[in-house]
Amino acid sequence: MSDLIRKDASELAGLVSSGEVSAVEVAQAHLDRIAAVDGAVHAFLHVDTKGALASAAAVDVKVKAGDKLSVLAGVPLGLKDILATNGLPTTCGSKVLAGWIPPYDATVVTKLREAGIVILGKTNMDEFAMGSSTEHSAFGPTHNPWDLERIPGGSGGGSSACVSAFEAPLAIGTDTGGSIRQPAAVTGSVGVKPTYGGVSRYGLVALASSLDQAGPCARNVLDTALLHSVIAGYDPMDSTSINSPVPDVISAAKRGDIKGMKVGVVKELGGEGYQAGVRSRFDESVALIESLGAQVVEVSCPSFPAALAAYYLILPSEASSNLAKFDGIRFGNRVGDDGTKSVEQVMSETRAAGFGPEVIRRIILGTYALSAGYYDAYYGQAQKVRTLIKQDFDAAFAKVDVLISPTAPTTAFKIGEKLDDPLAMYLNDVATIPVNMAGLPGMSLPIGLAPEDNLPVGLQIIAPAMADDRLYNVGAAIERELLAKWGGPILGLAPELAGA
Amino acid sequence: MSGISQEDVAHLANLARINIPTKELGHYASQLDAILNAVAVVSSLDTSNVAAMSHPVPMTNVFREDIPGVSLTAEQALSGAPAVEDERFRVPRILDEE
Repeated sequence: MSDLIRKDASELAGLVSSGEVSAVEVAQAHLDRIAAVDGAVHAFLHVDTKGALASAAAVDVKVKAGDKLSVLAGVPLGLKDILATNGLPTTCGSKVLAGWIPPYDATVVTKLREAGIVILGKTNMDEFAMGSSTEHSAFGPTHNPWDLERIPGGSGGGSSACVSAFEAPLAIGTDTGGSIRQPAAVTGSVGVKPTYGGVSRYGLVALASSLDQAGPCARNVLDTALLHSVIAGYDPMDSTSINSPVPDVISAAKRGDIKGMKVGVVKELGGEGYQAGVRSRFDESVALIESLGAQVVEVSCPSFPAALAAYYLILPSEASSNLAKFDGIRFGNRVGDDGTKSVEQVMSETRAAGFGPEVIRRIILGTYALSAGYYDAYYGQAQKVRTLIKQDFDAAFAKVDVLISPTAPTTAFKIGEKLDDPLAMYLNDVATIPVNMAGLPGMSLPIGLAPEDNLPVGLQIIAPAMADDRLYNVGAAIERELLAKWGGPILGLAPELAGA
Repeated sequence: MSGISQEDVAHLANLARINIPTKELGHYASQLDAILNAVAVVSSLDTSNVAAMSHPVPMTNVFREDIPGVSLTAEQALSGAPAVEDERFRVPRILDEE
């Protein structure tokens, strides 16, 4: 195994820019790793060998010419298959889009390309980002590198798995209710959901437009910050994009000083329903944060217990509308058009054949919640609960600088365990959902292994809107102590994958 | 709040243009019923003086300058279409036969 694949993104960028290692060598090492282990992991839906080597070669030309390079030029990346890529398939993990090749790039993709980041391919995901395990992908599940019989989280399980399996040092995920943070937690990697509006949604296939946000995944806090700085910023192509300066996440990730900070433990996100090993690692983190000179207080957010319910009304409602465009008319696959059927019949057959059961469940649920007679009781009421959640956060942030909780209630569960029990599956996101409801930034940081199963546990850090830098400051402070304690990155403890 | 029947699922599936086979309606109905029971928790909170929130960043009338920019060509826009005719999307019949 080439030692290039174990290196941090920042280290790789340094090697490339100094000319010590070529970007092509770095890309090839990761492509070799993918060829060796992705049969078992299945993090990628599509590997773009030719495109990756070409963009790496372009970086090498710039190095030779002495051109100024971006902070991550020549570093490889896995891209969640929900972001449109010009000339590369974009399936959203769905049969309905199998074979679709977008004619344009998402803004995030444009920024990655301009930064010289090498896109290795498109990563697996729950169909249209609906799920917490990546089992709802139409193209088969992704396997957790820590234990191939377990889920890598979802919906962005391909992105978390490719990072933790050393197939790529960086990945892009999207987070609607926890789809960056929960996969990071269960794979021992770092993931950040930026402030809503902080990263452009143009070209991100919408699940729930008021909740979706793309963000960075990596193996440490600094690499995550570097990627965050590349993709963030105002975009006139996204009408919900925030037109203000990007928080200085890189400086914060280098600082890691929480002396004098006030940290709130959310009373409602923990305790009952959380695995013993998740709770014990979380309690250790609280003690660690105190030992670093921060003041830890408990804060109550009384409406959070209703957040999951409100989310599962708001999300399906928005999704049922957003997914109406997948009808086999303008793009994607068309089924049953034999010349005798009406457009409604063809759409209905196309959608039945193209969507998996979880997508169908949520479209039906959303259609119900928005129908006349039920709108006020369901969707309307959920929107009011959303206001209460935001008010809880506002009150909490009047007292503290950041909030913390476990990222997910359990470690990675077995593939198949919750597949036909939607309510059990939904509970995985119970701690991450309130953050999306209020549009806030959140990070998941690995804080150790649960003693009972030796699987990774994540700490969630939450900051006020547009204070994303606080996540990195707190994350870096904790990470520094944990690395010293562990004697290296937690992913060094993951079992070696066969074929490598 | 009321439960959801197989007939409801069939009706909603028709509205959502999804041709769910009859034999699967029961399974969807029981799952959706369980989900609806769980999400009914939202009515337990007192929201009498609470405004609804549709979006985390309140914005109104976000317009760009009315300046022509680069857009997709017809060929690009049609590149992913399942059926094309004369630079247009070709669709199944939209009217019933006489």
